[in-house]
Order: sequence, then C-alpha cells, then structure tokens
Amino acid sequence: MSIPRTLFEKVWRQHVVVEETADTPAVLYVDLHIVHEVTTPQAFSMLREQGLPVRRPDLTLATLDHSTPTTPVSTFKDLLVAGEGAARQVRQMEKNCSDFGLDLLGFGSGKRGIVHVIGPELGATQPGKTIVCGDSHTSTHGAFGALAFGIGTTEVGHVLATQCLLQRKPKTLAVNIAGALPAGVTAKDLILAVIGTIGVDGGTGHVIEYRGPAIEALDMEARMTICNMSIEGGARAGMIAPDDTTFGYLQGRERVPQGAAWDAAVERWRSLRSDDDAVFDRAVDIDAATLVPMVTFGTNPGMVVGIDDPVPASSDASFRKALAYMQVETGKPMTANAVDVVFVGSCTNGRLSDIEEAARVLAGHRVADGVRMLVVPGSEQVKAEAEARGLDEVFISAGAEWREAGCSMCLGMNGDIAAPGQLCVSTSNRNFEGRQGIGARTVLASPATAAASAIAGRVADPRKYL
Amino acid sequence: MKPIKRITSRTVVLPTTDVDTDQIMPARFLTTTSREGLGDKVFHDLRFDSEGKPRAEFVLNAPEAAGCSVLVAGRNFGCGSSREHAPWGLLDYGFEAVISSELADIFRNNALKNGLVAIVVDATTHEWLLDNPGAEVVIDVEHTTLTLPGERTIQFDLDGFARFCLVEGIDQLGYLQRHLDRIEQFEAARPWKP
Repeated sequence: MSIPRTLFEKVWRQHVVVEETADTPAVLYVDLHIVHEVTTPQAFSMLREQGLPVRRPDLTLATLDHSTPTTPVSTFKDLLVAGEGAARQVRQMEKNCSDFGLDLLGFGSGKRGIVHVIGPELGATQPGKTIVCGDSHTSTHGAFGALAFGIGTTEVGHVLATQCLLQRKPKTLAVNIAGALPAGVTAKDLILAVIGTIGVDGGTGHVIEYRGPAIEALDMEARMTICNMSIEGGARAGMIAPDDTTFGYLQGRERVPQGAAWDAAVERWRSLRSDDDAVFDRAVDIDAATLVPMVTFGTNPGMVVGIDDPVPASSDASFRKALAYMQVETGKPMTANAVDVVFVGSCTNGRLSDIEEAARVLAGHRVADGVRMLVVPGSEQVKAEAEARGLDEVFISAGAEWREAGCSMCLGMNGDIAAPGQLCVSTSNRNFEGRQGIGARTVLASPATAAASAIAGRVADPRKYL
Repeated sequence: MKPIKRITSRTVVLPTTDVDTDQIMPARFLTTTSREGLGDKVFHDLRFDSEGKPRAEFVLNAPEAAGCSVLVAGRNFGCGSSREHAPWGLLDYGFEAVISSELADIFRNNALKNGLVAIVVDATTHEWLLDNPGAEVVIDVEHTTLTLPGERTIQFDLDGFARFCLVEGIDQLGYLQRHLDRIEQFEAARPWKP
C-alpha cells in the first residue's frame, strides 16, 4: 500500500532535487519559467554581473504584457504611448532576450499576450509541471494540475541561472465546492465567494486544491479564473486535478506532445489526482447552488457581497477606511452606485469565453452615456479569435473600446487608468486602493456583471440581461 | 550581502491590516529596470497628496518617525502582487526590519532574500507593538529574539535557513549553484522531460 497523497504532494515529490531538512529548504526543479518585462530586468542584470547564462532557454517562455500600450504598436513612438519608462522597459526586455538567447513572443508575433493567457494557449502549461513567473497570478496555471506560483525577481534570477528554486513545502487546503452554479453565476462569482469565505489571508502558507462537482463541471477557462485568484486568498498556488476537460483543451496545441507521446502524457497525467484518503491540512466547504453574482465593495478582494445584498457594517478601522475610500454606504447594495468605467480583460477574465460572456450581455444594447468601457483581450490570439467571431463589432457598435492585448487597466502601469474618484467595474483581480489609478475605485465582478453595469450605468445584476 | 545580526531602533507603526504591495510600491513606479532609488516611491500615495506635498497624517511623515528603521505593520502586510520593488523600496527608504503578526508569503520571501528582516510575532506582542509606537526594540536575528522596553524578550518566527543566510550574509544563489551536479543528475534521471 502506498501512502495516500494529495495532487500537490504528487507534483511536489516529482520535482524535488534535494530534500528539505530542518535547516535547509528543498531544491525544487522548475519545468516552465515564464518571464515578462517588469519583474526581470534586475535578474538579467545579475546574470550579466556574474557572467552567467540562462541555463535552460528551452524551458523559458518570454513575452511582453504589463507595460505595453493597448493601442497598436509598430514603432518606438507608438510605444511611448505607455510612457517613457514603460517604453524603455520593453526595449530592455527585447535586448535581454536577444542577448541571452530567449525566443521572445513580442509585437507582431501573433502570440504575444498576458503570461497567464499565452502559457495555456500555447500548450506550454501542462498537468504535473512546476511553473513559476515573477507574477503572483502564476497560480492560474494550476487549473491544469500544475504546481504554479509567483516568485520575486531575486528568485527569477535563481531560476534563470539554475532552473531551480529554494522552497519550503507549503501546507494544503482543500476547497470543496458542492452543487452546481445557478444560471448567470460564473466562475468569477464563485472565486470571489471563496475569498469572501476564507479571507484575503485564509490561504497564507497553503496550496489550495479546488475540488467537487461544481469545479469538475467548469471548462478550462473558468478553472483558470478560479486558480488565478488563489493568491487573493493569500495562497501560494491553486490546483485542480486534470481530467478529460483538461486533456481536451490541450490536445493539438502547439507545445504539447504529439502522437504516441501525447497518449503517454495523458496516461501519466491521469494519475495526478488526490488519492481518496489523502489528508489535507485544512478544508473548506461551499455550496455553489447558493451563490449569486458577487461584487466587491471595499479595497481588497475579500470584501465582497452578493449583488443584491447590503454592504455590511464593521467597527474595524481598516474596514471603515476602505468604505470611506470607496465612498460606499453600509446597508445599501452595490447596485446603488453609478459607474464611470468598465474594464473587461486581465489574466483573470481576458480569455475568449470571458469576452463572449460580456458580448452576450452587451449585444443589442449600448454602453450608457458617460460610461467608458474598455475591452482588452488577454492575448493577440484571443483578439484574433474574438474578431473572427465578430465580437469586436458587438463592442464597438455598443460604444465600447476594443483594444490590443495586454494587462492594461488591471494594474494601470501602461497608461490605461481610471481618473481619481472614478468607479470602475472591473473583471480583474485586485480592488486595492489606487490599483487602477490614483484615487480610482474598483469593483471586482464577472464579465457578465461588468457588461450589465456598462449598459445600466450603475453596478447591475447580469441576470436581468440573460 | 552584508551580515545582519542585530537591529536596534525605535518603531514606526502602520496599523492598517492587509496593506498590499500596491500601497507599498504603486505599479507606475515598476517601469524601472534598476533596484536603486525606490525609497522615494515607497508608500508614495499614502505619503504624498496629488500635488506631491507630504500628508501630515501619514505616520512616516511624523517628525518622530525620522530615523526609525523598524516598521511594525498590521496583519497580512505585503499581500497581493509579487513585486520585489516593495522590499527594495522599504530597504532604500531606510527600513531594516518589518514586524507583524502575519506576513504575506511572497513578500516575506522577497524581503528576506534582500536582507530586510521580515519577522512574525505572536498576537499579544503584535498588539503591544501596535499600541506603543516609538518603542525602542532590539531584534537579535541570530537568536531570533525581540527585546521590548523593560527587558521583556520574546522569541519570533523566522525560517532557520533565512536566518542563517541573514546572519552570515550568504547569497542564496551561491548555495543553489553548489547543487548544480544534483540538478544535472535530476534532469538526466527524470522519467519524463518537460
């Protein structure tokens, strides 16, 4: 009898180069390292200073996403739209990739996009891999049964130089989702409800495994939305056991094994699930059937309510500070608030199905007067596929802006920002103070809720438009 | 990295819970390609108003905060983005240590790899620290103790390897590189290749 293990433990064990001890962390092997322009320049500088090469360029995937403009770019002048610092950073990334022999999926490649959108899209993200990136939303890739987590720039340097990381083994947290999601309630609503339940630090020190019938019923893009926001619950990573849905998504993609190698990979991947009697350090149970569309009311993703529910009260100083910043009133639902900006995009909700979801709600309607709606595909490929389906026309004819791929207004470092005091209903992942621009107020929601809010000119229930 | 054995300082207290790395280092300052000079940007939008004038009500702008190198932060400090610019900025500003009852995983990792002593204390000690800004404290990294005024000494939580690297001034990349043989053996012996 072998010891029952969780999915996380199985993937962890397969990547331990040197076991951890009381005094030293494990040396953990990295199968895929994704790099972008913002969190790598100082790591490449370190390699130059020490005269080191990138040890495994073949396991390194490079793109541009955070500081790129979402208007078309063909010259340096175009690039300056995002600001001088951003333009310089993009050029530095191009130079670093060229100097160190990395294949950069840059402008005009047709494959550029948000790191967490293109990894899966190319099939580089696969079950059982360890995947890291200098970006906290690397947890997204866990949707495939990979162990994927964000790292800092010093660690980016470690991986570039050695393909390994020093890691302490995290604990495990099972998030069991029973039931089925009601109509008009999406994966985004589900993960917001999970974070509302466990709190923004509920997952600290843990790797989450999302389990149960509601998770199994989700398609891959919805699973990515779930795992993406694991970090918003403080978790190192989020994982979902791979199944036929996973294999169906991956089959035939550019970087997956082909032919007999594919069959062998699928056979290996089928073992990547928690054993029946595997023990988790903690468990949380949620019933999907009780959920409604969720929106945030405060300045962290754990401050979340149902669309019709009143904003709660608290005497906690940090809570009151958040409500004052948001200019939101206790006792009233979020639908009482007028909207200035709507953002559909990001590594959370910038995939084809997210854009389709927003388009389905928006079709036949107009963006309300005075509301600016930005739709930013997660990758060049998502943009091309959406355009092939005519979705760009739905947005443009409704009065929304259809942009080039990138992180855009999720973190507003490319010049796409909301003005001070403006309220932005956003499909992104963080409603932190100033995240979308100094003084900007963010309400996190699903693409359907975002589109409904654009039509209504106030925070709105998408179920009225379905 | 230079060895860090002991830190003695008065504390500055930022009691807000869940302070995220966007507050510590707003994204618009991440376009830098260097790790230098981020001290001016740390807590930028909390420190300065829209005209760039210091906000009198923010703790770091109080005269008594000058020269304090230990930051006592509310629970779950450093949550959110993995940006290492946050600890770079705190160090460049002059902080040597951050104390809380809970620190976000990635922030804590990043801080310790750069010599910012990020430590977790029990809830009672944390509460005392929050209630007593300006307290003179001694952090003994080597023995993982925190001494409060009146010779009260408590043990704090710090990973043994991180402690060793701080105290000896060891660069963790050097430690990893010593395992390159093992890494090559691992790659050769794997039943499947990524």
